[in-house]
Amino acid sequence: MLRNKFAIFGLLVLGFFVLVAIFAPLIAPYDPGEIVESETLPPSFAHPFGTDDLGRDILSRAIYGARISLTVGIVAVTIAILIGTLFGAFAGYFGGWVDGIVMRFVDVMLSFPSIFLILAIQAMLTPNIYNVMIVIGLTSWMGVARLVRGEFLKIRELQYVEAAKAIGCSNPRIIFRHMLPNAQAPIIVAATLGMAGAILTESALSFLGMGVQPPMPSWGNMLMDAQAYMRDAPWMAIIPGLLILVTVLSLYFVGEGLREALDPRR
Amino acid sequence: MRKFVFRRLLQLIPLLIGVSLISFFVMHLAPGDPTSLFTDPNIDPMDLARIRANWGLDKPIIIQYFYWLGNVVRGDFGTSYMSGQPVLKEILERLPNTLLLMVASYILTLLITIPLGVISAVKKGKWFDNLVTVLSFAGMATPSFWLGMMLMLLFSVKLGWLPAVGMYDPLIRDQGVGVRVLDLIRHMILPLTTMTVLSLAGITRYQRAAMLEVLNQDFIRTARAKGLPERVVIFKHALRNALIPIVTILGLSLPGLFGGAFIIETIFAWPGMGRLGVLAIFQRNYPLIMGIVVFSAVLIMLGNLLADICYALVDPRIRYAKK
Repeated sequence: MLRNKFAIFGLLVLGFFVLVAIFAPLIAPYDPGEIVESETLPPSFAHPFGTDDLGRDILSRAIYGARISLTVGIVAVTIAILIGTLFGAFAGYFGGWVDGIVMRFVDVMLSFPSIFLILAIQAMLTPNIYNVMIVIGLTSWMGVARLVRGEFLKIRELQYVEAAKAIGCSNPRIIFRHMLPNAQAPIIVAATLGMAGAILTESALSFLGMGVQPPMPSWGNMLMDAQAYMRDAPWMAIIPGLLILVTVLSLYFVGEGLREALDPRR
Repeated sequence: MRKFVFRRLLQLIPLLIGVSLISFFVMHLAPGDPTSLFTDPNIDPMDLARIRANWGLDKPIIIQYFYWLGNVVRGDFGTSYMSGQPVLKEILERLPNTLLLMVASYILTLLITIPLGVISAVKKGKWFDNLVTVLSFAGMATPSFWLGMMLMLLFSVKLGWLPAVGMYDPLIRDQGVGVRVLDLIRHMILPLTTMTVLSLAGITRYQRAAMLEVLNQDFIRTARAKGLPERVVIFKHALRNALIPIVTILGLSLPGLFGGAFIIETIFAWPGMGRLGVLAIFQRNYPLIMGIVVFSAVLIMLGNLLADICYALVDPRIRYAKK
């Protein structure tokens, strides 16, 4: 019961952030790139989150940053889920050497410290928002693949799959029409938690200067700017970090709530 | 057991080849090469060609890979482009600093997480459990670099209690061992705290779940039914069984801990392998990047192997099933 309260809290917060992100141009008091005041003013009525090192309004930047961070999270996790589901489904359904190859590939990918791999790829490509989404997606599908494979191994033995084979359904039809819908519950949970991970990764990348590039504001690159002004303008560092924390926390709450609602074992 | 370990060690070889192959091709398929970082417009094209030939960059990628692999097998990881030092030497100089942080963080994590998870499970649904649950989620949701920045802001900038960056104070180099160790500990506190919080949350959740599962089993009911004190039931009967899955989790959390080290070392300017790696990436220092990828992968794989061995050691059911 308590968990569900957390999940509802998370849902409300996320809903709020999504609305803010969608209607950013209407809500934001200033343009995120506009220099509106003198540099590093502490929070006040005119600028509730203060101004940054260039004199830009931090509230407006945070609002536009929500757009970027949430978009990166959603697109990256979609890529990861697509790849992971495809690989996991084929490995679990066909078994044998297909399973062997896919799972060894998963093992190899899991042996990298993923942030290092992502950084290396980003450094080789031009770091921009599209590459960030693609690279995070391409390096975070392994958990989903293992999960879907496990589900498919279980489902494969069920009678309706046998029935589908008996009436001559093609393999893709069995996989996508018959089996996948029955494996979607854990995939949805993984997507929620994966989005939390993607947002954290994006912020770390942007913080190191290898993610979303200025002047486009993201919560991560706002933190990068803040680093040099810790002594004089700590609010520059505190606010974007809290926003990341609250967003990711909400996603975890929703994910856990979904897991409990969808998992019949608990 | 010996056979099992040997077979697992053999399995590492194809994994490592896969890891190095992927990283090698990812790096070299990108446009440009390290010489594109040379900004001097007056550089003689002949010199440029000579440097590229010197570094082997003029050969096809596949040849470069086998050339690299052949050298690695003979223990030569190449030379760092920037410092001209052997990559192996540069990594081995930094590795102990990273391991120091990681091992200390592991120990600290275990010391905190086991009691926390156990109490949380025993008091399931009470306020303590709820508090631990909320805090664990908050810990998982906190970006590690931001936590580091906040700790630095509080303890170094505002309070001035602890040094913000580095590992040693250069001014006390000539002083006694005691002073230097104390100095090291002072430098370690902030990065260590950051790293520990990073792994604390997740492992506490696992410990709690493992404990809950054990507490629901028949032998616990039997132990209670025969009148054993609750203390004995929890610590002797339940905890021993609940520790088993934690061994695996510790192995599985290694990549995350390594990933964390790259970022945490960078913020705190801790002279470890992680910071070296991030620098190498920024400088496109191919041999150094490759060396660090291979070293991290080997350490992660050995960590997992060690976890599997410990798993078999602590759980007699697995040991006897194998025979």
